[in-house]
Amino acid sequence: MSTSPERAIPEPVSQEGEVQSLSHSPESLQARVQRTLEAARERGASDVQTVVSHSVGLELGVRKGEIETLEHERDQSLSLIVYFGQSKGAASTTDFSDQALIDTVEAACRIARYTEPDPYAGMPDPAFKAADWDDLDLDHPWDCGAADATELARAIEAAGFAADDRIENSEGASVSTRRAIAFLGDSQGFMGGYRSTRHSLSCALVARDAAGMQRDYAYTVARHADDLTAAEQIGREAAERTVRRLGGRKLSTRNCPVLFAPEMARTLIGSFTRAISGPAQYRESSFLLNAVGEAVFPAWMQIEERPLTPRALGSAPFDGEGVRTRNRPLIADGVLHSYTLDSYAARRLGLETTGNAGGARNVTVAPGDKDFAALRAEMGTGFLVTELIGQGVNMVTGDYSRGAAGFWVENGELQYPVEEITIAGNLKDMFQRMAAVGTDVDRRGNIHTGSILIESMTVAGD
Amino acid sequence: MIDRLAQQTLLDPAGLGDSELSTLLGTTFGHGIDGGDCYFQFASQEGWSLEDGIVKSASFNIERGVGIRVVRGEQTGFAYSDDIAMPAMLEAAKTARSIASAGQSGRIAVASRSPSRPALYVPDNPLDSLDEQAKIDLLKEVDAVARAEDSRVTQVMCSLAGVHEVVLVLNARGELTTDVRPLVRLNVQVIVEQGGRRESGTSGGGGRFGYQYFREEDRAAGYAREAVRQALVNLEAREAPAGTMKVVLGPGWPGVLLHEAIGHGLEGDFNRKGTSAFAGRVGEQVAARGITIVDDGTLEGRRGSLNVDDEGNPTQQTVLIEDGVLRGYMQDEMNARLMGTQSTGNGRRESYARLPMPRMTNTYMLGGDADPEEILASVDDGLYAVNFGGGQVDITSGKFVFSASEAYRVENGKVTYPVKGATLIGNGPDVLTRVSMIGNDMKLDTGIGTCGKEGQGVPVGVGQPTLRIDGMTVGGTQAA
Repeated sequence: MSTSPERAIPEPVSQEGEVQSLSHSPESLQARVQRTLEAARERGASDVQTVVSHSVGLELGVRKGEIETLEHERDQSLSLIVYFGQSKGAASTTDFSDQALIDTVEAACRIARYTEPDPYAGMPDPAFKAADWDDLDLDHPWDCGAADATELARAIEAAGFAADDRIENSEGASVSTRRAIAFLGDSQGFMGGYRSTRHSLSCALVARDAAGMQRDYAYTVARHADDLTAAEQIGREAAERTVRRLGGRKLSTRNCPVLFAPEMARTLIGSFTRAISGPAQYRESSFLLNAVGEAVFPAWMQIEERPLTPRALGSAPFDGEGVRTRNRPLIADGVLHSYTLDSYAARRLGLETTGNAGGARNVTVAPGDKDFAALRAEMGTGFLVTELIGQGVNMVTGDYSRGAAGFWVENGELQYPVEEITIAGNLKDMFQRMAAVGTDVDRRGNIHTGSILIESMTVAGD
Repeated sequence: MIDRLAQQTLLDPAGLGDSELSTLLGTTFGHGIDGGDCYFQFASQEGWSLEDGIVKSASFNIERGVGIRVVRGEQTGFAYSDDIAMPAMLEAAKTARSIASAGQSGRIAVASRSPSRPALYVPDNPLDSLDEQAKIDLLKEVDAVARAEDSRVTQVMCSLAGVHEVVLVLNARGELTTDVRPLVRLNVQVIVEQGGRRESGTSGGGGRFGYQYFREEDRAAGYAREAVRQALVNLEAREAPAGTMKVVLGPGWPGVLLHEAIGHGLEGDFNRKGTSAFAGRVGEQVAARGITIVDDGTLEGRRGSLNVDDEGNPTQQTVLIEDGVLRGYMQDEMNARLMGTQSTGNGRRESYARLPMPRMTNTYMLGGDADPEEILASVDDGLYAVNFGGGQVDITSGKFVFSASEAYRVENGKVTYPVKGATLIGNGPDVLTRVSMIGNDMKLDTGIGTCGKEGQGVPVGVGQPTLRIDGMTVGGTQAA
């Protein structure tokens, strides 16, 4: 049940007009939640929890000035978990017919007759449930039809082509907008939901020189269309990022400092949040096993979870079990403060839920006092990584080895593009050897961090 | 004739007969439209998982819907509906058609396409191939085998998953094709612990069968023992080397090399658009002599196999590289038409809610004549990698990676000690020119691959013989 529940908006649906109107009203979704709960209770379930969601969207792609794809999205889903004592069953469907609702409930109940009792299974303690919550300002429908989207996408791509003569091809520019509504309800009486929106612009370009082709991209994503970066800026940024990769070289194998640009630094923090998640802990599959109270990072590091930030992409007033979320520290002065737990993981570990059913939200690394240029200067000579490919992260041991591309830096200045190398280390050690976090925070996702400088890693190349 | 199950599952509930389908086709396609399809799909799937020695959770999911795609020139209009019923489909058709200027609505006759060869899999629902208790018993046996294998095993997590998919494709020409596809998968992960050091091992397999497949040839227990073996090897692993060296790849799943290094780069869409590092290179030597690589969707029961692709075209064996020379691309209908060639039966999609694209099926290299022992014995200083996690490729620059999860140091022709997992990186268009020995032990993987492209996952297979590559960059931590 990773679907994030959504909150009811009081205004009647008819006032939405034509702007991204949803085909299911909050009332009809809530009614479906109620029917699902009742159908499960009638079949003997001791507890039940269900999510009913619906979304509409438009995605338009333009390539070389012409529309390439126009996709209209319209999704709906119903999922539920039933408990028969300590036995659990789950089922879901995209079919909203009355018969499908019954079939899905019966499928979940049938499964629960076979699964074995798990002493830790069950619903969250009602005391932790959200009782009321603030509007987190997540619903901003965008009046952007296919014609407007076409114009925008053309403007993005045209700006990209105009930015540099070496841009000779395109994978296209795209505009996407999506609006969703969902309700979560359970047999303890919880019912909550809300609407949310997500809009984005993106562009991927191809440049060529004598040595070959390079591709790169730029994008912007926000809850409100006003918060998107301007179309032309996305095109220019995609062109700049693409052209600067031309003439990439390998490095010789060496140990050196590595500076992760913000969009790559995010992946390091992503490994951290996975390592402190409930399942990684109780499955003993974490390189930060039983690490609460330990100095995981240098003493200057502060990381918080901020699920209640208005308009942020990862915000939610309650988690996937209806437990209230709250802004709280994960790392305080370098020390691990808490895991991220849902009620099941919490019972397994003898702790309390932290409102993290569905994951950590808006994980925020406190920026230091240096901007990107100052961080490069602090590094002096080393490797700036702007792209990582492959998985290459062993969550059990923390061993880290990934394909990388970026730039060789001397005296804080970019010297030449680098490609076809790997960077390697161990995440436990890399975390300890973080030297600084930049002020250049990237907020385009669920993890917000600036650039991160690591004192030393192994670069493998020629 | 239409498959009875497809008829009963997808058409009858909505009262869709020839007349309705003709009207749908006429409304969707017709004058000024180059292609497209109405893709009807019903999929039921389940997953059972074991942890702490008990099967504590399971899930069941049903998806049903129709995707309507209209293609004109290089343009695609697309809409879908979770509701298979005439009003919703006509609405979706109107939306999908909005890319084309309005043409007249008419009717297009429906003609069923008959299978061109015997089916590659039995259409029975794999979810019904064992009763629920037997599914649980199977997982418990896997758990017991893994725990009995070694006292250092501390955690066993295993899962059993099955999908039953019924597909009906009605294309713009009025051709109707059906396919009923089973798919099963069993996966085992173990954690072992020794003196405070913790390592993991993973194994599994599957294909287009019922669950009995895992009972045959002791496969389920074999996966459990293999996962434990890998984890124990990793307990002894030392730091991996860093730098460029000779690499010997084992047979089977290490064929993920081919999938990343050349497979994606030979998909029709990237080549039509000129964004692949292989674009315009048909006829050029891109691999060492002796190397032949095919994509083959016609292998019986394989995870990547299909009777017909998601555009209703029969899958085939497509030669990608023959004796080192680039021969051709993998095509769906749209890219084939725009490049003046034929579909190779590689048009695939994750579901009715997503657009089809050229995708791989089972991609593998044919065997050579070298004895694998001889290949290892020929390496004075290098790496022997036998198991991998996933990989990734930048199709434009050609740079690709794949990550070893079980590897050994080779010194003076002998396998000396295990090393930690490391990522290998190379350049697709030239890595295969460095293959100096090809083993006689061609093997396909056990049926575990899922390929992701533009956010769509589809099941695929890979395979290769033991290979010696003279110079790949190994991303360990020990700089020489």
